[in-house]
Amino acid sequence: MNILDELLDAPVNLSRRRFLASTAVGALVIGFGLPLGSGRVQAATTAERGTQVPAFLEIRPDGTVRLLSPFMEGGQGTHTAMAQIVGEELDADPATFIVEAAPPGEAYVVMENGMRITGGSMSVRMSYPTMRRLGALARAMLLQAGAKQLGVPVGELTTQPGRVVHAASGRSLGYGELASSALNMPVPDPASITLRDPSQFRWIGKPVKRLDAYDKSTGKALYSIDLKVDNMLHAAVQHAPRLGMTVGSLRNQAQVEGMKGVHSVHVLPGAVAVVAERWWHAKRAVEAVQVDWQEAAADSTLRVMPADFSSDKHFEFLAAQQGPARDDENEGDVAAALKGAKTQVEATYHNQYLNHGQLEPPSALARFNPDGTLDIWLPNQAPDMFRADVAKRTGLDPAQINLHSPLLGGFFGRHFLYDSANPYPQAIALAKAVGRPVKLIWSREEEFLRDVLRPVAVVKFRAALDDKGLPVAIEAVSATEGPTEALAGKQGDKIDPTALEGLSGKSYAIPNKRIAQIYVKGAPMLGYWRSVGNSLNDFFYESFLDELADKGKQDPYELRLHLLRDNPRLTTLLQAAVELSGGWKRGPFTAEDGSRRARGVAMASPFGSHTAAIAEVSIENGKVRVHDIWQAIDPGSIVNPAIVEAQVNGAVALGLSQTLLEEAVYVDGKPRARNYDLYPILAPAQMARVHVRVVESGEKMGGIGEPPLPAVAPAVANAVAQLTGQRVRSLPLSRHTFS
Amino acid sequence: MELRINQKAYQVDADADTPLLWVIRDDLGLTGTKYGCGLAQCGACSVLVDGNVVRSCVTPVAGVVGREITTIEAIEEDEVGKRVVATWVEQQVAQCGYCQSGQVMAATALLKHTRAPSKAQIDAAMVNLCRCGTYNAIHAAVDALAKQEGA
Repeated sequence: MNILDELLDAPVNLSRRRFLASTAVGALVIGFGLPLGSGRVQAATTAERGTQVPAFLEIRPDGTVRLLSPFMEGGQGTHTAMAQIVGEELDADPATFIVEAAPPGEAYVVMENGMRITGGSMSVRMSYPTMRRLGALARAMLLQAGAKQLGVPVGELTTQPGRVVHAASGRSLGYGELASSALNMPVPDPASITLRDPSQFRWIGKPVKRLDAYDKSTGKALYSIDLKVDNMLHAAVQHAPRLGMTVGSLRNQAQVEGMKGVHSVHVLPGAVAVVAERWWHAKRAVEAVQVDWQEAAADSTLRVMPADFSSDKHFEFLAAQQGPARDDENEGDVAAALKGAKTQVEATYHNQYLNHGQLEPPSALARFNPDGTLDIWLPNQAPDMFRADVAKRTGLDPAQINLHSPLLGGFFGRHFLYDSANPYPQAIALAKAVGRPVKLIWSREEEFLRDVLRPVAVVKFRAALDDKGLPVAIEAVSATEGPTEALAGKQGDKIDPTALEGLSGKSYAIPNKRIAQIYVKGAPMLGYWRSVGNSLNDFFYESFLDELADKGKQDPYELRLHLLRDNPRLTTLLQAAVELSGGWKRGPFTAEDGSRRARGVAMASPFGSHTAAIAEVSIENGKVRVHDIWQAIDPGSIVNPAIVEAQVNGAVALGLSQTLLEEAVYVDGKPRARNYDLYPILAPAQMARVHVRVVESGEKMGGIGEPPLPAVAPAVANAVAQLTGQRVRSLPLSRHTFS
Repeated sequence: MELRINQKAYQVDADADTPLLWVIRDDLGLTGTKYGCGLAQCGACSVLVDGNVVRSCVTPVAGVVGREITTIEAIEEDEVGKRVVATWVEQQVAQCGYCQSGQVMAATALLKHTRAPSKAQIDAAMVNLCRCGTYNAIHAAVDALAKQEGA
């Protein structure tokens, strides 16, 4: 693709900024303008990760740096973080960066685990050294270009932000001036690169402003749902009421075809679609289609939703499962410890199904080009996986597929490759059928029908206390199906870590422990939801730990300190949260406004980071009101404290939402809610004040986006138990009544 | 029918009951106003009609003929809106940003009616949903704007 093609290919309403990016002339077009399939990039596919500078960076004549990020921006601030990391070593102010999502391709596989996804709170922590080195390599290329242009040895040159400087002669050149010659410099040997001393950082570790704040405050930011291309048609779908059902016949096809604005009506696998000149016409028409839905064929490859599936009955089914169980952790001798214990404690917990509820409904824009190639714009967290899937579905070679990844209007795990939950296969089929580009938007109702759900579990705990009331054994057997094994359709050889994380991986010094799973395949299609297994399992474990404290007449904060006595990192973290809250004050106590309140504490260790949270609650009109959340997080080290604080706020909000009110209820194989009216998400009035302390222990860098979520639910539940004497063993709290 | 949007006149060929949202987005190409739910639940589609915030996803287009409609695209042409945007940027409110057009519209409408709203008035007016959980940042931003006026 050359620059002209790129220009012609761009959606017609792309921002002026993008337009300029596509038309930059005479720039160091290391990247976008350069054909990405060219020899320059391809020849280096065996190179070390993240060393193909030309694939990532373009420096404009005015010094603006355009970075193609391996990671998607969906609110978590990763584009700004990438500008900080690369800019720090390139010696270019992050404010001079324009960051966009890179296309698929081996060049952008930069994570230390050999993947390229935006998820698992991995973007920064898995690419940090590599992206620093990328910036440093680019700086070295600019220095070499400067040496050539100024006719001085490279050793006499230094940089200051955006400029190569020859101090001896007082001469300097802007990066933009050096761009075109730097293009021809070979990428230096990565081993020859020295990174900046962290004590000299100007931008890493600082609250650098988000690059997208203005565009997102003025409606200029473009998401998949906003894009259009010339000659484009709009499409809407009506899905089968239960996954797996197929279209038998359309009873009123001719009538719908005659409705205003309708271009055509199409039968798709498990759905009917209407294509129209306007989306509103497509939506109204497709909702008017009367479909005879057929039950799924016996050989359906989909996860067929049975007509009698009920989520409440599923909890009973899970609770009745006796095994066999597979152990994930087994230390000491739990059975013996339980047998010989002075006190035994048992409890059964469960959680609820959840929808993602990201505010941007899914969409996809597909366009077949005259040369047989396909352009597709779609929300995604894993562009290479999506492109491979498009290739499989269309028979096209991956090189014929131009996959674009616009900004995400929230994701929270929604935009991974879920076979039955993505609009792009339908958009591609429709574009092919009508011979014109098609943008398909799923209405909110269709999204609720096909969204994949956060998994559920029923966990049976048993524990033993010694004569001092301290826990000496804990056992948790979870009847559940993890999202990874749900996507695989079967249990793997090893336990799905996303099923048990949060039950497993706890740091408390309890000598005898067993964490096990009874694999139970359920009916709804499952997916990843912000903080994944930890979103449920830390609620179970940390609530049960408070039950043990109560039974053993221990203070729950003191008990945690005791169980972490040999773990200075987590002791420091727990104390930091308590200090942030003004000292441990469990209550109940009377607040200034006269309300009775109590506090609860909980911890979690998700995605390489550690957190401790304290919640303060009261009961208002029989409902739980959360006033404050104090949360300390130790992610080792961080890149942007302001974005970390925002992410803690966001994770707390989603954590409160699942704690207080969210629940995807299925009756007769169908979701009760198809919109936010019957699926309430946290509203502003239900938000708590959030107080954040970041503890940088200097340990290996951990994640940020997901870790602050899991400790919220148990902190709230523990506070509620202390206030009301009522131990909550299932979520959401709206299912319970309090007095 | 003729619509007045952002102080310009547009001739629109749409059914009377078409939601204003889809006329704005698809017919006029003003995509800053977002579709979130279509049921007036989330507020991502908020626009101003004669200075009042309305949810355009349930507002029939025929009902706004002859009214002055303002969308996010023109919000900085309004003195109050310009200050709201500047504060939104300064306070780094947005995360994914999808709901923020509507939030800025709601804040602008509030401040145009009530120059220095109290915390309770802010709570009563700022009810749009945000799945990223920027509620505290939104409240702080509007509170800062109220204090600018109150000072």
